[in-house]
Amino acid sequence: MTARIGVVTFPGTLDDRDASRAVRLAGAEAVELFHADADLKDVDAVVLPGGFSYGDYLRAGAIARFAPIMEKVVDAANGGMPVLGICNGFQVLTEVHLLPGSMIKNEHLHFICRDQTLRVENAETSWTTEYQDGEEIVIPLKNQDGQYVADDYTLDQLEAEGRVAFRYVGWNPNGSRRDIAGITNERGNVVGLMPHPEHAVEAGFGPDSREAGRTGTDGLAFFTSAIKGLLATA
Amino acid sequence: MATILVHVMPKPEILDPQGKAVGAALPRLGFEGISQVRQGKRFEITVDGEVTDEVLANVRTAAETLLSNPVIEDVVQVKVVREGGCGCGGHGKAEKDLLA
Repeated sequence: MTARIGVVTFPGTLDDRDASRAVRLAGAEAVELFHADADLKDVDAVVLPGGFSYGDYLRAGAIARFAPIMEKVVDAANGGMPVLGICNGFQVLTEVHLLPGSMIKNEHLHFICRDQTLRVENAETSWTTEYQDGEEIVIPLKNQDGQYVADDYTLDQLEAEGRVAFRYVGWNPNGSRRDIAGITNERGNVVGLMPHPEHAVEAGFGPDSREAGRTGTDGLAFFTSAIKGLLATA
Repeated sequence: MATILVHVMPKPEILDPQGKAVGAALPRLGFEGISQVRQGKRFEITVDGEVTDEVLANVRTAAETLLSNPVIEDVVQVKVVREGGCGCGGHGKAEKDLLA
């Protein structure tokens, strides 16, 4: 069996091709999903990629959240299907209430693009089982609305339940509460993060690693984690 | 035709980076004595026909569903700013007349 992982394209999505490529490099079939179709095409998992859906008008992710495909994504996520939201995809997941909190403009107001070190805080989600708890990884970060905010009650709850999936290490690039880079839902099947694992999956095109320039592939394990989980339950 | 104003502001406890940047720029331009700026959004929604309670309730629901995100924003005001006519007198004027 080959796992089928859907990648959703909204108007203004930028990283759908890269996400599909990452899915293929990890060993699964990438399935194109379109915002206007209320059809998940029998996929086993869904990636909401980065970009600027609907031009980020109103709020990042606010309009994409009401796209016909999202109703199906929400149903599937509630049924346990692995769903990964990257950057704008993370913003869509918070707007559609699959994940708590929200993203506001970076504290310093600048668009930021850099190789970012993260610590994996929860290696038991559908998208992180191929990492170790506490492992540090480097993947690209590029956004303007990346400051994660939630009220203290929600933040305490996330911490207590181990639902902070990733934290920024070294420098908090956007003012996110408690250095949070990514979170997961109670069940661990829905994960959202601002940095971009799909841009760090093939030597020659990723961030710099200790060994050599552009050889970092720390993002690949997001996808191999999901695939391994899907094959184990197939 | 009538116009309904929906006014959305970032929650007080949420840092407003845009307002902060504007607030920092004002003294540089010589505008003194301003201690804080917060930046929100104003939506002007035009509806056909009369503004009944039902129409207003509908707009209020839209304001809370799409126009604002309750995690970071409050809907601070929903009100009719102009009723009837073509509205060519300009928004500010019509609003002032109605408030007077």
